[in-house]
Amino acid sequence: MSTASASAAANPAADAVYNYGIIKRFTVMSLFWAILGMSAGLMAASQLAWPWLNMGIPEITFGRIRPVHTSLVIFGFGGNALLGTSYYIVQRTCRAPLWGGKLAEFTFWGWNVAVAVGVVLYMLGYTQAREYAEFVWPVDLLIAAVWLAYLAVFAMTIRHRSQPHIYVANWFYMAFILAVLILHVFNNLQMPVSLTGLESYSLFAGAQDAMTQWWYGHNVVGFILTAGFLGMMYYFVPKQAGRPVYSYRLSIVHFWALSFLYMWVGAHHLHWTALPDWTSTLAATFSILLLLPSWGGMINGIMTLSGAWDKLRTDPIMMFLITALAFYGMSTFEGPLMSLKSVNALSHYTDWTVGHVHSGALGWVAMITFGSFYHLIPKLWDTTIHSVRLIYVHFWLATIGIVLYIASMWVAGIGQGLMLRAFDEYGNLAYTFIETVSFMHLPYVVRAVGGMFFLSGVLLMIYNVYMTITAAKRQPRTAESGMEAKPAST
Amino acid sequence: MAEVWEWLSKMENTKPLALVIFFTTFVAIVLYVYSGKKRKRRLESYKHIPFMDEDADEREPRSQRNNDDD
Repeated sequence: MSTASASAAANPAADAVYNYGIIKRFTVMSLFWAILGMSAGLMAASQLAWPWLNMGIPEITFGRIRPVHTSLVIFGFGGNALLGTSYYIVQRTCRAPLWGGKLAEFTFWGWNVAVAVGVVLYMLGYTQAREYAEFVWPVDLLIAAVWLAYLAVFAMTIRHRSQPHIYVANWFYMAFILAVLILHVFNNLQMPVSLTGLESYSLFAGAQDAMTQWWYGHNVVGFILTAGFLGMMYYFVPKQAGRPVYSYRLSIVHFWALSFLYMWVGAHHLHWTALPDWTSTLAATFSILLLLPSWGGMINGIMTLSGAWDKLRTDPIMMFLITALAFYGMSTFEGPLMSLKSVNALSHYTDWTVGHVHSGALGWVAMITFGSFYHLIPKLWDTTIHSVRLIYVHFWLATIGIVLYIASMWVAGIGQGLMLRAFDEYGNLAYTFIETVSFMHLPYVVRAVGGMFFLSGVLLMIYNVYMTITAAKRQPRTAESGMEAKPAST
Repeated sequence: MAEVWEWLSKMENTKPLALVIFFTTFVAIVLYVYSGKKRKRRLESYKHIPFMDEDADEREPRSQRNNDDD
């Protein structure tokens, strides 16, 4: 399609309306789960530094609070952010109202009920014990139904588009939706012990079960925490920068390369185990190849600011978005490095892995979400942000928190790895296990302090968003802007 | 036909086959994307899609419109 024909397609049907109500709810719920999930994370980090914080209460011991943290931040905070932004972007770039009505409402309620019920059951001791998929089988069934509904809503909105071309951000969201559907179903193939109980057995066993789990586990990183948030990036970075993405063709190659490569890399989580050696080598090889599309995408995002670098001094939202891309580049370099068998021999079973995950989760996922929300929320409520200064403060609290977190985990993890493999002159282990635990105490304290910085920033954001929304509600409303569903321009 | 299925059922056959199919497809996509001046213009024109739906409301939030009115 030529530029002229693309412009011609810019005029939607006059009666087209965007459904903003559901996006507002997803946005608010995302921030609600962010506070709970990150507080649970801070609690877990503090328990590792000061074990008395377990307090002998089974419901809040580390073993239960840890999956509460991971599920709330990935599925509560991240999931709501992805569903909300995908509904916003698909409507605006396809110039079509959200399809589905009640079905779309079901995705909101179903998803949030699943998250809430799932984490309460963790605290009561009910878990499938599969990493990032601890939800028990009835919750899994609800999630599968929600996801099918989500697929239908998203795909049918695209089908009813008035813009002939499907913008690349929607490709990433669609890959995320399809991949998660496949991953969720196959990783959760379970045989319930009884139809009235919550316990179940996996259909897989032994090394096959481990491989299925990490095929799922790493593709949660690949298709939820990467592809989905890249969809967010390809819309909000150009919008906030006020200029189109650096290279559309590079974004196409980025998409296909990422889609081809990610599915193969899960087994790098199982180096030096009972897995066949070729599986392990294959996963490491594809992990190294992944560096190319990851950095291609990062460069594409950052170069979007080409010619307007001054925005990095003057626009705190842009600071969030570009810093997120920098962390995306950093963690996608560190990941392939750690997937090498020789490096993995040192890093695996240490806190280096935890630090790596958080450079991606906090640096990339959370920062791109914060930047996108600061752009999105004033548009949803048709107002301006309450305080730009607070966004600056949030940015620095978050950045300092991440640096403290990652640096302390490098020290803890690499130090722990070196100590566990050190031998004395007689060939005996040089350190006892408890010596490695004592060594890690100080980095654990620093990590908890980093988490406090990060959480403080989120609390500021909640305050800023609350003030923005309440101020918007006090503004006199015109007949048009007062509507929940906002008419598209003609 | 049964021989074909039997051949496909062996991992040592399907692994290189999958590699050839995926790699060839990917190379074809890259060649398609980066060849032809007309195609380049067409593909790069799509980058403007996020800016095509901007309306007056978006450029000027309600709070500022109200201030202007004052």
